[in-house]
Amino acid sequence: MKRIVTFIIVVLVSIAVMAGTSPALLDNVRLGLDLKGGFEILYEAQPLEQGQKITRESLIRTAESLEKRANALGTSEPEVTTEGTNRIRLKIAGVTNEAEVRKKMKEPASLTFRSAEGCKTPEAGKDGTVDPKDLYCKIELLGSDFVENGAQVGMDNLNRPQIDIKVKDKKKFADVTKRLVGKELAIFLDDTLLSAPTVNQELTDGKASITGNYTMDEANQIRDTINLGALPLKLTEKYSQSVGATLGMQSLHKTIEAGIIASILILIFMIGMYRLPGVIASFGLIAHTWLLILVFVWADFTLTLPGIAAFILGIGMAVDANIITNERIREEMRNGKSVMSAVKAGNKSSFRTILDSNITTIIVGAVMFAFGTGAVKGFALVLIVEIVLSILTNVYFTHYLLNLLVKAGVLKKPKQFGVKESDIRAL
Amino acid sequence: MHFKKDYDFMKMSKYAFIFSIVLTIAGIITLSAFGLNYGVDFQAGSNVDVKLSKNVTKAEIEPLLDKIHLSDGATVAPGDKRVNIRFTKELNEDQSEQLKSAIQELDKTASFEINTVDTEMAKELGRNAIYSVLISCIGIIIYVSIRFEWRFALAAIVALLHDAFMVVAVFSIFRLEVSLTFIVAVLTIIGYSINDTIVIFDRIRENLRFGKQKTKDDLKAIMNKSVSQMLMRSLYTALTVFIAAFFLFLFGGESIKMFSLAMVIGLLFGAYSSIFIASPLWLVFKSKQKTSAKPAKPSKA
Repeated sequence: MKRIVTFIIVVLVSIAVMAGTSPALLDNVRLGLDLKGGFEILYEAQPLEQGQKITRESLIRTAESLEKRANALGTSEPEVTTEGTNRIRLKIAGVTNEAEVRKKMKEPASLTFRSAEGCKTPEAGKDGTVDPKDLYCKIELLGSDFVENGAQVGMDNLNRPQIDIKVKDKKKFADVTKRLVGKELAIFLDDTLLSAPTVNQELTDGKASITGNYTMDEANQIRDTINLGALPLKLTEKYSQSVGATLGMQSLHKTIEAGIIASILILIFMIGMYRLPGVIASFGLIAHTWLLILVFVWADFTLTLPGIAAFILGIGMAVDANIITNERIREEMRNGKSVMSAVKAGNKSSFRTILDSNITTIIVGAVMFAFGTGAVKGFALVLIVEIVLSILTNVYFTHYLLNLLVKAGVLKKPKQFGVKESDIRAL
Repeated sequence: MHFKKDYDFMKMSKYAFIFSIVLTIAGIITLSAFGLNYGVDFQAGSNVDVKLSKNVTKAEIEPLLDKIHLSDGATVAPGDKRVNIRFTKELNEDQSEQLKSAIQELDKTASFEINTVDTEMAKELGRNAIYSVLISCIGIIIYVSIRFEWRFALAAIVALLHDAFMVVAVFSIFRLEVSLTFIVAVLTIIGYSINDTIVIFDRIRENLRFGKQKTKDDLKAIMNKSVSQMLMRSLYTALTVFIAAFFLFLFGGESIKMFSLAMVIGLLFGAYSSIFIASPLWLVFKSKQKTSAKPAKPSKA
């Protein structure tokens, strides 16, 4: 009697917890781009100047400034990860002005100091003006020469806003300015001339200022552009994926629909095949699914389409654990064991089988996780988590519930396990 | 339902071996002659999926592409309220935007999925997948050799590579499109295949513990008995996983259709190979040990 009460309490509490938390959990699952729309770009980084090497540090700093840039553009939860030695993966969800965001991301505003040394006098264009790019053709200092995030807004003597920037290598700057005394050193942001001050003397403190008739707002904007633009590496798009929000939702709904139909059929099969133990197994499967969603929310994993596929197929594997156990119990009964000892022996020996077979699958999953990228990694992660949870729910939890019922005397006939009396061999 | 009789799987496996070898040769021939029908993941270019509120025809889309000078190397495949356009050249951002606005003229509610990849990336994805398979194999060999013995490991690996290759062969023979998710599917099939095989091997290992097997026939009897005992489980499991994969194929989103198809094919081969390839192969390896071992030496089981 006590065991039946325990059984009922465990089942009811589990159902209550699962039913109560599921809606909130489902809302909190973080969906991948392929399910909610957005775009993903894989960049390959190259050094700004030839001959330079990409360091781990510069790659991380590039990723960080990409993230800042994405945040500055007002996108929600941009995801920036480095991959290998020279790649950065960027994921941005729910963007409406994709083209603009992409452009801003890819084309870093880069600050250059240029001089007119050794340049040909450019011919005036049709409208009589000279392109400043042609006038100042020699690049003296590059974006990577300036201290990242080093631009600040300051005030000049006349209390007008100016932008102060710092140069990393004081000596290099001193050399350049020494050479250019009396000449102009033009400051460009991308191809736009900001100002072209004349160098009065050699500058040894590594500081430079951009002056002009800026308002405070303009000065702030230039500062932000310079700071965001100070990317240590040059990026080229290697791979891109862009999913419209409606298309993503459609994929999600279709896949979930397919999953629900398949799951219901599997549950019907289990119950029809194994009767009451089948019901317990089904209960274990539902608990398994709930737990998997819980882990997803807690660990803040992103659920992608291949992830859902792994999810549904993993349920198939969890079913296998139940089938192995129940088939084993039936077998023990057919060999003449009592219900109690058949369940005990069945649970015990099936556990080893399940463990060995699942560990080999985990090995495959782990290799996929280690070597895969993007979709493969997501898939492998779900597979591994699912197998571990499957051992918890479909082995320990289900076995526990089954034991309770057997010991309580609710399950005492082989018939209740779907075993025909005529099949039982006498010992 | 269960089988009281032990079937002679060794006898049946002769036909299975012939079937598998024929299919493998056919696969090698088509693979070397035609290769695989690579999707955009493995081919430089862009793939554009558009969801629309109405059905459109090829004739409606093609003039639009002409207008924005993108019709070169473009393949238009309309579907149910959707259209797929494949470009052999990579679209740059401007072209993507032009394409979007051109199609939006046709249907304002159009929703897009644009994938672009360059060949270098694609080749790397493929290489990584092959490495993954080989490294998985090494991991499996080590684990199975420790828990079982090397003969089981070898037989399991042959079955596993067989399953993976069969799926690749079927995709090559029927010219089905291979995408990145196909790699995921093949890797999963390997996971299932090994899982399925190990469950049967576990039973053989268990049955080997009872009594000594002196002759080849003893071993054969053990193998047949073990596979027969596990037959229902193998069938039920294959059936349930098949249900899951099959419904994903029928109703799942467009992007995982090929994935599900590869899974369905792989699962069938996985169940088949565990019974007709892996177990008989183990017996072949194990029997060699029996004949070479001296009769006086007690067998290790």
